Amino acid sequence: MILDGKIPAGPINEKWDRHRQHLKLINPANKRKFTIIVVGTGLAGASAAATLGELGYNVEAFCYQDSARRAHSIAAQGGINAAKNYPNDGDSIYRLFYDTIKGGDFRAREANVYRLAQVSVNIIDQCVAQGVPFARDYAGYLDNRSFGGAQLSRTFYARGQTGQQLLLGAYQALSRQVYLGKVKMHPRTEMLDLVLVDGEAKGIVVRDMVTGKISAYSADAVCLCTGGYGNVFYLSTNAMGCNVTATYRAYKKGAFFANPCFTQIHPTCIPVSGDHQSKLTLMSESLRNDGRIWVPKNKGDNRRPADIPEVDRDYYLERKYPSFGNLAPRDISSRAAKEVCDEGRGVGPGGLGVYLDFSDAIGRLGESVIRQRYGNLFEMYERITGEDAYKQPMRIYPAVHYTMGGLWVDYNLESNIPGLFVLGEANFSDHGANRLGASALMQGLADGYFVIPYTIADYLARTNIPKPSTEQPEFLNSLEEQRNLIKKLLSIKGKRTVNDFHRELGKIMWDNVGMARSEESLKDALNKIPTIREEFWENVIVPGSGGELNQELEKAGRVADFLEFAELMAIDALHRNESCGGHFRVEYQMPDGEAKRDDENFCYVAAWGYRGQDNAPELHKEPLAFENVKLAIRSYK
Amino acid sequence: MNLTLFVWRQRDKDSQGKLEEYKAHDISPDMSFLEMLDVVNERLIKEGKEPIAFDHDCREGICGMCSQVINGIPHGPQGKTTVCQLHMRHFKDGDRIYIEPWRARAFPIIKDLIVDRSALDRIIQAGGYVSVHTGGVPDANAILIPKPDADTAMDAAECIGCGACVAACPNGSAMLFTAAKVTHLAMLPQGKVEAARRVCLMTEQMLKEGFGNCTNHYECQAACPKGIKVSFIAKLNREFIKAQF
Ligand SMILES: Cc1cc2nc3c(=O)[nH]c(=O)nc-3n(C[C@H](O)[C@H](O)[C@H](O)COP(=O)(O)OP(=O)(O)OC[C@H]3O[C@@H](n4cnc5c(N)ncnc54)[C@H](O)[C@@H]3O)c2cc1C
Ligand code: SF4
Ligand code: FES
Repeated sequence: MILDGKIPAGPINEKWDRHRQHLKLINPANKRKFTIIVVGTGLAGASAAATLGELGYNVEAFCYQDSARRAHSIAAQGGINAAKNYPNDGDSIYRLFYDTIKGGDFRAREANVYRLAQVSVNIIDQCVAQGVPFARDYAGYLDNRSFGGAQLSRTFYARGQTGQQLLLGAYQALSRQVYLGKVKMHPRTEMLDLVLVDGEAKGIVVRDMVTGKISAYSADAVCLCTGGYGNVFYLSTNAMGCNVTATYRAYKKGAFFANPCFTQIHPTCIPVSGDHQSKLTLMSESLRNDGRIWVPKNKGDNRRPADIPEVDRDYYLERKYPSFGNLAPRDISSRAAKEVCDEGRGVGPGGLGVYLDFSDAIGRLGESVIRQRYGNLFEMYERITGEDAYKQPMRIYPAVHYTMGGLWVDYNLESNIPGLFVLGEANFSDHGANRLGASALMQGLADGYFVIPYTIADYLARTNIPKPSTEQPEFLNSLEEQRNLIKKLLSIKGKRTVNDFHRELGKIMWDNVGMARSEESLKDALNKIPTIREEFWENVIVPGSGGELNQELEKAGRVADFLEFAELMAIDALHRNESCGGHFRVEYQMPDGEAKRDDENFCYVAAWGYRGQDNAPELHKEPLAFENVKLAIRSYK
Repeated sequence: MNLTLFVWRQRDKDSQGKLEEYKAHDISPDMSFLEMLDVVNERLIKEGKEPIAFDHDCREGICGMCSQVINGIPHGPQGKTTVCQLHMRHFKDGDRIYIEPWRARAFPIIKDLIVDRSALDRIIQAGGYVSVHTGGVPDANAILIPKPDADTAMDAAECIGCGACVAACPNGSAMLFTAAKVTHLAMLPQGKVEAARRVCLMTEQMLKEGFGNCTNHYECQAACPKGIKVSFIAKLNREFIKAQF
C-alpha cells in the first residue's frame, strides 16, 4: 500500500497555518464530553495531557514510574533547539528546517520538519513563561550554545539538566490539571494492549504494577507517548524501564511501524566496564564544543595520554571533517570512533574507547570556565569511572541512544488506525535516518503543546464511534488475552533469567544490527533471534505471582516484545539496500567510507504491517518528496 | 570482593517486614550499588527465591526513582550521590551493609525497599507551578532575569523529588523538597505573581500528608543528592510569613 502522509497543499511556510484554518474545532462546552487517553508522561505525554486538560477534555494519563516526573525525558542533558536567532548569527526557521532534513539524511517528511522548526520558537516562550530556569547572560537575556551538527548557536539549555527542567515544566502544568480534576493520573500502571472498536482506537488494557490488577480504560481517542525502544540492544543510554511494549502491541493491532532500523548511536558515552553493566551513561555532547577527540596514531601505543606527544596523536574528526571537526553529526562521529577502535587504536580496557580531551580548553579558558560549563558532567564521569577529567582526558565510546523509527503517523500525528495518535520519540516523524542533537526535546514539546491540541479535535469532530463501554467484547477479549499471557510467562518456570535472555539478544543486536550492518550480519541476526525467542518461551524463569508487585514479570513482558520486535528491525535493515544516517550498510559506502544513499530506490518511509507471528510483515511505502531542499550528498567535510 | 547484606524484606504494605541476610560474592569495584543488587537478585531467582524489589529507572542520578537507606544513610555514604550512582569502590571486602527503605509516616512501604511517594506529587499539584496556559505567552526574552536570580532558581530547581530529605529527617519533614520548589518559582518574575498563594497551598498540603515540621536538624541537606540547601527553607519560611500579610 502507498501511504498518504496527508500533507496539506500550499507553500511550505504556509502549510501549517492553512491546515489549522481547515481543521475542525470542538466547542468548549463539548470538549468536556470527550475523554482522551495519554500513555506516557515524558515531554510529549506531559505536555499533551496538560494542554488537552487545559482545553477542557477529560484526560486519563498513564506512566510506569511512580511519578509522572520521572519519565526518561528527565535525563536529557544538553539542550533544546529553537530558531530564535537571538545570537544574531544567521539562524532562521528555514535554516533549522534545512539542518534537520539534512541531518536526517533526507529521510524525513519535509512538511513535518518545517512545522517543527516553526513552532520551536513558541516552545521556548512557553517554557520561560512556566518558569523553566534556562541559562542567562549577565544582562538577563537567554544564553545559547552550539550543538552537534549545527554551525550556529541555537541551543537553549539549563546547565546540564535541560531535559529535567523542561520535563518539570510540563509535569507542573500537568500537576495543575490534576489538581483541577481535568487529568486523572495513573502512575505505576503499564499499558499492555490497545483496544480497537470498529477499526478505531478506543481504549487500552493496563496492569496496575502494585496490585497486579489488569483492567481496561475506554476513551474517544488514544495518544501513545511512550518513548523509544533503544533497550532492544540491552545496553543503551535509556532508562531501565524503557520499552517497545506499548508501540509494539499497537503494531500487532494493526498500526504500522515505520523505519524500525533507524537507530542512533551516540558518540559520547562512558565505555562499558564489565559484564555486570546494566546500562550506559551518556556524557552530553555539548562536551564536544570544548573537548577534542583523539586516539594514538599508532596501534598499541599504551602510554598514558599525557605522555603521548601531539605528533603521535590523531584528532581524527578534525582531520576528516575540517569544517565541523569535533561537532560532526552523531552517526558520523560514532562510526569514526568505531573505525579507529577496529583499527586497534582504541584506548582503555578492551580498546573500546577514544579520548575526549579538555586540556586545550582548560588552557585557553581556565578550569573555572570549564567547571561552570560542564561541572556536573565531570562529576558524573568521576562518580562512574573514578577518574578526574580535569587532569586526564575522558574516555568515551558510542552507545545506543535514540530511535528515529517508531509508529507511522501522518501530518496530524495520527497513525493508520483512526483515533490512535503517536507523539514524541514513539513516532517516526521528524528525524529521518538520524536525529540532530537537541531536537528530540523540541519535537516532544512541539507534538504535545502545539500540534496535538489542533489535530485531535479534527478527529474527535469526525469520528462516529463514541467512547465505548469497557464491557464490550473487544475489551473483554483483550483482558482475557493479557491475563493468559501473564499466566503463561509465570508457568514456564525454566532456568534462565529474563536479564540473561535480554543480554543475549542485546549482544546479537549490537554486533549485527548496530553501527555497521551487512547482509550477512542481518541474516545471521534473523537466524538467531527466533532461536532465543523459542528458548525464552520454554526456559525463562519468572518468580512470584501476577497479583502483586512483580518486577521480573514486568521485565519478562517487555523482553518478550523485544524478542519479536528485534526481528522486525533486522528485516527493515536488510530490506534497505542503502546507507543513510544511522543506518550504515557496509555494502553501500562511498570510496571514502561515507554513507551511500540510494535516492532512486529508497527515498521512502518503510512502514511495516503485522500479519501474524508466522508471516513476514507487509511493507507499505510512503514516498518522500523534496520540494524545498535539494537532495544532496550530506557532507560535513 | 565479598559482602554480607542485611536487606529489609516486606511482602506488602500490610505485612510485617524484617531484615534478611544475603551474601554478595565476586563484586567488582566498578559496579554500581544497584548492579551489585542485580547480581544478588539473579542468584536469588535462579535459586527459586523472590528477588529484592527496589525502585530504580534512569540509573543516572536524575529521575529520583532510586531510594534506599544504606547503613542508616539515605542514598548511602557518598555525599551528593544517589544510590544508582554509588559505586562499589566505596566499600571494602567483608563489609556488612544494611539496606532499608525510606522510612517516614507519609511514605507507606509498598514492598521490600519500595515506598509510596505520591504525597510529594500532591504537594506540587497543590501549587508548585506557574498557572500559565499553553500559548499566548510573551517572547522569551521579554522577561529579563538577572543572572544571579536565574542561577539561584536553577540551584533550587535541581531537586529530583527523591524524598531522601524526608527519610533523613527525624520529623519526616518534607520542608526541603517543598522549599526547593517554592524558591525556584519565587526567584523568577513569572513565579512572583502567585507566590503567596503557592506557598500557602503547598505548605498546607505538606501538613495534610502527614509530613512533620522542621526543627533545624539539617539532616535533609546532608542526605540530599543534589545539594539542595537548607537556606531555601529559610526562604520558604520568609515567603510564608510574607504571604500572611
Ligand atoms: C541520556 C539521554 C540524553 C538526552 N539528551 C537530549 C538532549 O540533550 N536534547 C534532546 O533534544 N534530546 C535528548 N535526548 C532524547 C530525548 O530525551 C528523548 O527522545 C525524549 O525526551 C523522549 O521524550 P518522550 O516524551 O517521547 O518519551 P519519554 O520521556 O521516554 O517518556 C516515555 C513515557 O512513557 C511511559 N511509558 C513507556 N512505556 C509505557 C507502557 N508500556 N505503559 C505505560 N507507560 C509507558 C513512561 O512511563 C514515560 O512516562 C536524550 C536522551 C537520553 C536517553
Ligand atoms: S530536596 Fe534533595 S533529597 Fe529532597 S527530594 Fe529534592 S533532591 Fe531529594
Ligand atoms: S535510578 Fe534514577 S536517580 Fe537513581
